[in-house]
Amino acid sequence: MIRPIAAFAIFIALSSIAPAADVTEIRIGYLHGVRPKTAISLLDIPADNDGIAGARLAIDDNNTTGAFLGQRFVLDDMSLKDTEDPAAAALRLADRGASLVLADLPADPLIKAADAGRARGLIFFNVGATDDRLREADCRANVIHTAPTRSMLADGLAQYLVWKQWRRWLLVVGSHPADQLYADALRRAAARFGAKIVQERVFEDVGGARRTDSGIVQIQRQIPVFTQQAPAYDVLMAADESDVFAAYLPYRTWDPRPVAGSAGLVPTSWDPSHDQWGAVQMQNRFMKLNSRRMTALDMQAWTAARMIGESASRTHSGDPKTLLGFLEGPDFALAGFKGQRLTLRGWNLQLRQPILLVDSRTVVSVSPQEGFLHQVSELDTLGVDRPETKCSLK
Amino acid sequence: MTTSSARLSGVTVAALLGALAAPAQAFTAYVSNEKSNTVTVIDTAKFEAVKTIKVGQRPRGIEVTRDGKFVLVAVGDDDTIEMIDTTTREVTATLPSGPDPEVFIQDPSGKILYVANENDNMVTVIDIERRVRVGDVPVGVEPEGLGLSPDGKILVNTSETTNMAHFIDTATSRIVANVLVDSRPRFAEFKHDGSELWVSAEVGGTVSIIDPARHEVTGKIAFEIAGLRKEAIQPVGIAITRDGKTGFVALGPANRIAVVDGTTHEVKKYLLVGQRVWHMAFTPDEKYLFTTNGVSNDISVIDVGALKVIKTIAVGELPWGIAMSPQ
Repeated sequence: MIRPIAAFAIFIALSSIAPAADVTEIRIGYLHGVRPKTAISLLDIPADNDGIAGARLAIDDNNTTGAFLGQRFVLDDMSLKDTEDPAAAALRLADRGASLVLADLPADPLIKAADAGRARGLIFFNVGATDDRLREADCRANVIHTAPTRSMLADGLAQYLVWKQWRRWLLVVGSHPADQLYADALRRAAARFGAKIVQERVFEDVGGARRTDSGIVQIQRQIPVFTQQAPAYDVLMAADESDVFAAYLPYRTWDPRPVAGSAGLVPTSWDPSHDQWGAVQMQNRFMKLNSRRMTALDMQAWTAARMIGESASRTHSGDPKTLLGFLEGPDFALAGFKGQRLTLRGWNLQLRQPILLVDSRTVVSVSPQEGFLHQVSELDTLGVDRPETKCSLK
Repeated sequence: MTTSSARLSGVTVAALLGALAAPAQAFTAYVSNEKSNTVTVIDTAKFEAVKTIKVGQRPRGIEVTRDGKFVLVAVGDDDTIEMIDTTTREVTATLPSGPDPEVFIQDPSGKILYVANENDNMVTVIDIERRVRVGDVPVGVEPEGLGLSPDGKILVNTSETTNMAHFIDTATSRIVANVLVDSRPRFAEFKHDGSELWVSAEVGGTVSIIDPARHEVTGKIAFEIAGLRKEAIQPVGIAITRDGKTGFVALGPANRIAVVDGTTHEVKKYLLVGQRVWHMAFTPDEKYLFTTNGVSNDISVIDVGALKVIKTIAVGELPWGIAMSPQ
């Protein structure tokens, strides 16, 4: 698509660099719901622009490159309220000229949006949902995933704990469905890498506010009682995606044991403290643009928008089919500040990526751990591998 | 950007070579230790560290000035380039590099310094004598590698996230061409006759051969090492002999230097060095090539004629850059 006005603006702005004759505009939708603001720690309450801030930075990065190549990237933000139909929203984005959509939606709305957008040729990037089923039984040929799966996160954590010889886990699971799914991934990881879950406990969410004026007095009495009389264990594993209890566990357990999973040592795709492999440049750029630190969701959105920029610059095209073809092909490799190239798993369109293990202050380790080998890529020791996949892309 | 100081002091070297035919030529190598905040001084005849100089925080890019009076070292976390007096071996001055400097290169006259300014997507131009910033050239995202054509007319800068080699006319400070290369280009090195430009791509895992006249990629060097997965092969530093016949490519966490035929661009051999090899510098007589091995805290010495690793020298923590002085 050629837009004379935009092309003229670019020409003026960058005439000192390299004037581009025609400018191809690549319009990227950002479709997202409203994420809950409840969190135990004030530090964990997401910013309003969590996610899209990363996409905006990538759009800037893409446009710097695009200025040399005659490509212009535009982000179209569409927020979805609870009652709104994700399918209709996807079609609206298509009507507004978007051909690629970054989606930060739960699994079901994401599938609805993707299936509706398919007829219009929309390619989706799942930047937020960690559900394994979106890459397995419910996978889609027009949905690429930059968010890691729960199984990738759990495997990354398990490899480190096994390397550390902390093999006996006491698993505490929250009472929400997402907590159960994370617990499933942790159980699978234990079985895969030789850890043992010595006991499981459920932490019921009985409601109530996260924030109370003097709640800390009660919590330091409740958590020791909840964790006492456990069989001998090395690590307390918490599956609490709903942020109901895990953050209360460290330093309050009956036995003096480290906590991992949803608190303590946490597996993630990115952390504001990550500073290796050139990441400082990325963190600085993000801070300069957004006046806050970069979260995992920001990074997953940045990665998706950069994948679009990368494939557009390699193929000199803005056509979504051409871009998807490149991303699925053998020549695609993205530099994502993780010490190695990021590529796509062709069988389910999941981005391969190292998993950072963070303690909220620093990066403790990065998985895959040394010694966990694989015939194709060591990154495929994380998550569901090709021989086990239930995905058939259609 | 560490080999250029050795390369461009060719006149001095030739004079030295004429005077001394004996094997034990003593040159001095300076190694920046990223973690220790030091520069290790190495006597290349004895293959020994002879002194450790304290510098600012996170020293990486390092060069010897053309007149041999200073060693310049970029100390990223102090946002400056420090000047070490080669006589007293102490930091005596600083240059206004802009924030977080990592890689820089001198022009052939030794008067101008080009610094890749990663935070601002600029190449910053500095007057070394006056120690002032005299200009900026806007380039792609995360500028890193810098290479100068032998005549000094073209400066090439690689941008790590834009994945391009930007050709900059040094007379006008304008970009004259942009060449797309593979992911995360780190280093650019011209052949000494200016006929080829080699650009390494750390994430892409290749070295692109570029025709500097036509601004076109004419070939790519790929690397394959039995038993090593593709992701571990991350080309960074490049060194090419003066006759252009042999190129050396540091492969990062593959812990090897690839020896490349300069004409056919085929990999002839892989030399096992230390862990996470970053950069290299020839001794001025090109008998030896020194490599910085980041993770193993040492330097490997390669006998260039025999293509063998003959020695390991312990230095500071996380050695990164290396510069060679004929003195």
